[in-house]
Amino acid sequence: MSDQLLQLLFTGLTLGSIYSLIALALVTTFKVTGILNLAQGEFVAIGALLAISLYATGIPMFAAFILAIILVAIMGGCLERAAIHPARRASGLTLIIITLGLSISLRGLALLIWGTDTYSLPAFSQGGPLIIGGAVLNPQSFWILGLAVITLSVLYAFLGLTYAGKAVKAAVINRTAARLVGINPNTISFWAFVGSGALGAAAGIFIAPVTMSTYDMGFMLAIKGFVAAVIGGLNNIGGAVLGGLLLGVLESYSAGLISSGLKDGLAIIILLVVLMVKPHGILGLLGERKI
Amino acid sequence: MWSKSLLWPAVILLFLALPFVIDSNYYLSILIVIGLYTIIVQGLGILMGYAGQVSFGHAGFFGLGGYTVAILTTRFDWSPVFALIAAVILPGLIAAIIGRPTLKLRELYLALGTMGFGILIHTLFNEGRELTGGPSGISGIPYLSIGGLSFDSDIKFFYLVWAVVLLVLIGINNLIRSRVGRALRAISESEHAAETAGIDTGKLKLKAFIFSALLAGLAGGLYAFYITFISPSPFGFHTSVQFVLMAVVGGLGTFLGPLLGAALVVLLGELLRWVIPLVIPGAGGEYEIIFFGLILVFLMIFRPKGLGAFGKNLKPPAVKPSVAPE
Amino acid sequence: MLLEVQGLTKHFGGVAAVRDVGFEVSEGTIFALIGPNGAGKTTVFNLITGILRPDSGFIHFLGKPLDGLKPHQVSAAGITRTFQNLQLFNGMTVLENVMTGAYLNGKTGFVRSLLRMPGINAEDKLISKQALTLLSEVGLESVADIPAAALPFGQQRLLEIARSLASGPRLILLDEPAAGLNSAETKTLAIFLKKLKQNGLSMVLVEHDMETVMEVADRILVLNFGEGISEGTPAEIQADPEVIRAYLGEDDQIA
Repeated sequence: MSDQLLQLLFTGLTLGSIYSLIALALVTTFKVTGILNLAQGEFVAIGALLAISLYATGIPMFAAFILAIILVAIMGGCLERAAIHPARRASGLTLIIITLGLSISLRGLALLIWGTDTYSLPAFSQGGPLIIGGAVLNPQSFWILGLAVITLSVLYAFLGLTYAGKAVKAAVINRTAARLVGINPNTISFWAFVGSGALGAAAGIFIAPVTMSTYDMGFMLAIKGFVAAVIGGLNNIGGAVLGGLLLGVLESYSAGLISSGLKDGLAIIILLVVLMVKPHGILGLLGERKI
Repeated sequence: MWSKSLLWPAVILLFLALPFVIDSNYYLSILIVIGLYTIIVQGLGILMGYAGQVSFGHAGFFGLGGYTVAILTTRFDWSPVFALIAAVILPGLIAAIIGRPTLKLRELYLALGTMGFGILIHTLFNEGRELTGGPSGISGIPYLSIGGLSFDSDIKFFYLVWAVVLLVLIGINNLIRSRVGRALRAISESEHAAETAGIDTGKLKLKAFIFSALLAGLAGGLYAFYITFISPSPFGFHTSVQFVLMAVVGGLGTFLGPLLGAALVVLLGELLRWVIPLVIPGAGGEYEIIFFGLILVFLMIFRPKGLGAFGKNLKPPAVKPSVAPE
Repeated sequence: MLLEVQGLTKHFGGVAAVRDVGFEVSEGTIFALIGPNGAGKTTVFNLITGILRPDSGFIHFLGKPLDGLKPHQVSAAGITRTFQNLQLFNGMTVLENVMTGAYLNGKTGFVRSLLRMPGINAEDKLISKQALTLLSEVGLESVADIPAAALPFGQQRLLEIARSLASGPRLILLDEPAAGLNSAETKTLAIFLKKLKQNGLSMVLVEHDMETVMEVADRILVLNFGEGISEGTPAEIQADPEVIRAYLGEDDQIA
């Protein structure tokens, strides 16, 4: 029994790391631009599918990954310039509908290119599953957890140590003041979308070996990302990461111990409960330190 | 003046004559669908354009109405009329229950909350196999019959749906010009000033939410009687987005905006389906989705207040006024 | 006593916006709150009207506590207000603004409105007639049917006052009613306020224009950094050295 619990914990943490990464991109963009990017899930899907297609052309796996990440990052930047920038002074509702429109178009585009087939990638590393304390661990889980840890460290280092990172923090705190000291919020908004693209694509690529990739996988992943972000309070990076892990573990336990049909519904129920009970996040205290 | 007073009756008469001019069931079915969507978007328009609250979950209420009719008529042998009444009441009840905590949420949170609700309902349609038939749905829904009159043809249904549209339009016209209508407009202009005028804004928003859910349920019930088959697919998140799009395209806070928005979005969808294969040979539904999204984006960038700028165009929900200390 | 405020305190993130403020307004008088910017005057209004909740202190109106009431309940109890930054219903006509202000005087509900039940037209006509009377009192009856947004600023201020009067309140809170008015408009305003007082209406006034305050107010409370530093009649306030010190450097209208 305890073996199973441990097993489910590992599965949950792996799953949760992906949610955390998506939530991280959502929250960073939200903090910097005030925009909730509903197209984030499509960045994940297109990143995964692109990497799979590039790898299928025969180029080395690593090169295919980097190329896919760069392409999706460029796509994110282009979308920001084309659709977000012209409407940057519009109301929150207008902007949310714009990202919704982008999400729909990107999903259509993915459908056009990849159809309704499912795609998969081989695992990044060879070798059989590891056994830890009676639980079987897929080596790909380490890659996913590793990506989450590295991304988070890079983000914190960037924000804390570099000049550009401090500029971003300043822009988050006060847009006008940031402009006064020569930081252009529009530039930062652009880079937030580039970063979201790169991060989304990376998340998609890393889960490609353990899940089936389809053109419409982004929708449910984005929802999970929102749930994770909302658990953390929507503007709290640490909270989003914890929220993602929490959601992953809860989903894993409910699927393993109760019913697997419940998995997707659970995230929605958590979302609704958090919104009703504590709309500003339940992890507000845990992650009070803002970036 | 007389020409103006004759305009509307003339338009309505012409419209009523349409089924005799159109001999294609395809066009008739499009008009019926526009009518059904208009009913929903009119309610959503009150919620968004007047009470200033967004909902990304109205496909859920639409579906609840449809499934109520389907389940009550096929599994419990309810008479169609009572099933339709239940299809109106049940979404209203659910809106009343979820509305109070939900409407406390603002902007983004409200969008997320209603979106979550819609997706949850959609998941229940798919997963509640014993009751809803799961993804394959429920077939064999009887025709709606009211006092011996059976709505068993597209022409009859056309008149039924548009009679309902007309009634709803009249009702909303009454509402907007009334004390309650002024209060609703006041909320969208300045919530603080509305409260100062003694308007219980929370309660009124809840009523607008319930009203919009009732109308969505009504449209869903009629839809079930029209198609006589129901499955989860027309009630997903995408449909909720479409409703919001219709409300915005037509112009929020305008009287005929919902009708215009529903017609434009439905016709555009049909047009894309027809035109795209001509322009891009061999193209399928993918392009439709891409264009739908792009149009949404362009519209929001260039005409965020909608195309229906005629009539009284009220401002979108005001920015939160400053009540901070001086 | 119409309004009694005692020990009112409100913090914003550790800073006391209002600290231990107390005052009383008797029926049929004009009470003025003055003080430099940031002294907490608008916060006091927001606390009385239920937009903000006090950390501690009491507000009693007609002998009953107002605590926990929502803004619309405070209005129903008989207190309405105007806003420093105008909060008109810009998309509505001038008349509709005042009719909405009279919301509490009507009874028609959602369903009755939808169905336009009998009696609604009569109610609406009555409210519209009363609103027009009110508009004629402030000299806005000729612009009753134009959108509120199209009015010049001075008339918008008057419209907001008219709207706050429409439900027949016992007390109105006026937040800088003279701000942005020219001197002629300010004089008209002062005359109008005194006329309202004669009709038995009580007012709490936040105002920077000292001439108006000294002319219309019966009693004045001076706030500085959220605390009451002096209270008295206009003559007493003008003579209080503490008040002059609080205003030094701020502006010299009082000296």
